[in-house]
Amino acid sequence: MVGYIAQQLVNGLILGSMYALVAIGFTMIYGIIRLINFAHGDIVMIGAFVTLGLVISGQIPFPVIIILVILAGALMGIIIERAAFRPMRGAPQVTGFITSLAVSILLQNLGILLLTAQPRNFFCPDYLQTVFNLGSVSLRTIDLAIVVIAVVLMVFLVLLVRFTRLGMAMRATAENLKVALLMGININRIIMLAFAIGSGLAGVAGMMWGARYGQIDPLLGFVPGLKAFVAAVIGGVGSIPGAMLGGYLLGFAEVLFVGLLPPIYSSYRDAFVFIILILILLVLPTGLLGRKMEEGV
Amino acid sequence: MLEVRDSHAYIGQTYVLKGVSLEVRHREIVALIGANGAGKTTTLSTISGLTRSRRGKILFRPDPDATQRDITRVPAEEIVSMGISHCPEGRQVFSDLNVWENLLIGAYLRKDKQAIQSDLQWVCELFPILGDRRRQSAGSLSGGEQMMLVIGRALMSRPRLLLLDEPSLGLAPILVEVIFEMLEQINAQGTTILLVEQNARMALELAQRAYVMETGRVTLSGTGRELAENEEVRKAYLGAT
Ligand SMILES: Nc1ncnc2c1ncn2[C@@H]1O[C@H](COP(=O)(O)OP(=O)(O)OP(=O)(O)O)[C@@H](O)[C@H]1O
Ligand SMILES: [Mg+2]
Repeated sequence: MVGYIAQQLVNGLILGSMYALVAIGFTMIYGIIRLINFAHGDIVMIGAFVTLGLVISGQIPFPVIIILVILAGALMGIIIERAAFRPMRGAPQVTGFITSLAVSILLQNLGILLLTAQPRNFFCPDYLQTVFNLGSVSLRTIDLAIVVIAVVLMVFLVLLVRFTRLGMAMRATAENLKVALLMGININRIIMLAFAIGSGLAGVAGMMWGARYGQIDPLLGFVPGLKAFVAAVIGGVGSIPGAMLGGYLLGFAEVLFVGLLPPIYSSYRDAFVFIILILILLVLPTGLLGRKMEEGV
Repeated sequence: MLEVRDSHAYIGQTYVLKGVSLEVRHREIVALIGANGAGKTTTLSTISGLTRSRRGKILFRPDPDATQRDITRVPAEEIVSMGISHCPEGRQVFSDLNVWENLLIGAYLRKDKQAIQSDLQWVCELFPILGDRRRQSAGSLSGGEQMMLVIGRALMSRPRLLLLDEPSLGLAPILVEVIFEMLEQINAQGTTILLVEQNARMALELAQRAYVMETGRVTLSGTGRELAENEEVRKAYLGAT
């Protein structure tokens, strides 16, 4: 029993790492321009396919693939911001939300057009598939890699935001766009950066998603997008540490729910996720680490 | 130094500035007073580039011997680096940042690291409390301390012209005295000030010259003393009967 629970906790950690990575971008974008970006999950899909393409195309070392996938995600984020969201800047919040729905549908259909809706097997190089056992917990190398990569990236991000000039400008812009402008901060660059970082992390989460589940298709972004939204709201939307905390909490909650209850209930796990969300919001309307925010641009 | 010529501006669909003209000379303190909604804040925003005027011109000359530039269409960040610092109404500190970071971000566009350090020292001499609280988050400061912080932050860009929007708002009279004394001192050290105020009595006392705005237009101007003695101003803004 102890071993079983340990195994479930490890699974929660893996799942939580992916949710956290996606939730960060979601929360950063909301934090700065108050945009509920429904298309964020589709970057996960793009990241998964880019990874698959790179793996198939030859002998690219794994660390290089990671970097390329992050860059691809970041580039997509920048393009989307430039093409879809920047022209909508200053419009009511709902306009941005609807724009993001449109972007999401566009990306999914573009995916179907170019790649067909047929799920594809996700190749993972053999050396990432090696299974090893830690006591009663069994892990593949890729599972370990997922957790380590996620943690390293998150530590980087926290250091960047806390201790650099750029991070200071990002925090200032997220809190008060108008005054940030008066300080001479180039807000367009900060917004672009938030999209780039957030989408880069979502892209790498796509690599993890594919490696974990073994199959990918152009519509796979919906679930991680929704989970990231929930994780971000649980943690307090706009708060980066909140998104991380929310992601891991959600990962653990989901795995424990599926693992500890009779199997017939396991298909209700998404309903369960929303029940947690509602309960937390009833007690803490701004999420676990959030603070009150005024409406922005 | 600064010349606003017949500025017309809209906020959304509302016609807010209906031809504002005013002038600020080097090393002056100029007050801009007027009732709520007269357009004082909007006037400052058009100068700092937050709001675009539809018509009219805004001209700026950072130093007496510098060339004059038309800044009507210049983006806000460039206006900051040219030497105009706008301290907006309502003590808008960055509450997530600590006191020190708030001051540093005031110098965001500057590259001269050493001069930034000495300016930090200067600001902390003006407002010693800021130095004492440097690690504290700005959100935890009292109202008066936050006011000092936003003025300090505005000074960190080394402005030639400081635009101040209602620094006395919501502060106890004794604190207002302190702030106004500081403004006098800042001005004496070479910074020109354009001051928007509801507290007309104190503003007219401090300023060499002043303008009165009503519903989007400048209706009166003169030296601080002239306006303080003006019958209409006394009735409307100084509570005389
Ligand atoms: N966001 C806005 N939307 C619509 N109208 C606005 C907005 N902001 C200001 N206005 C209008 O513009 C006019 C001028 O506003 P402004 O803030 O410049 O006045 P003010 O002189 O600074 O007033 P106060 O003394 O209250 O600060 C007002 O009539 C106000 O109703
Ligand atoms: Mg005002």
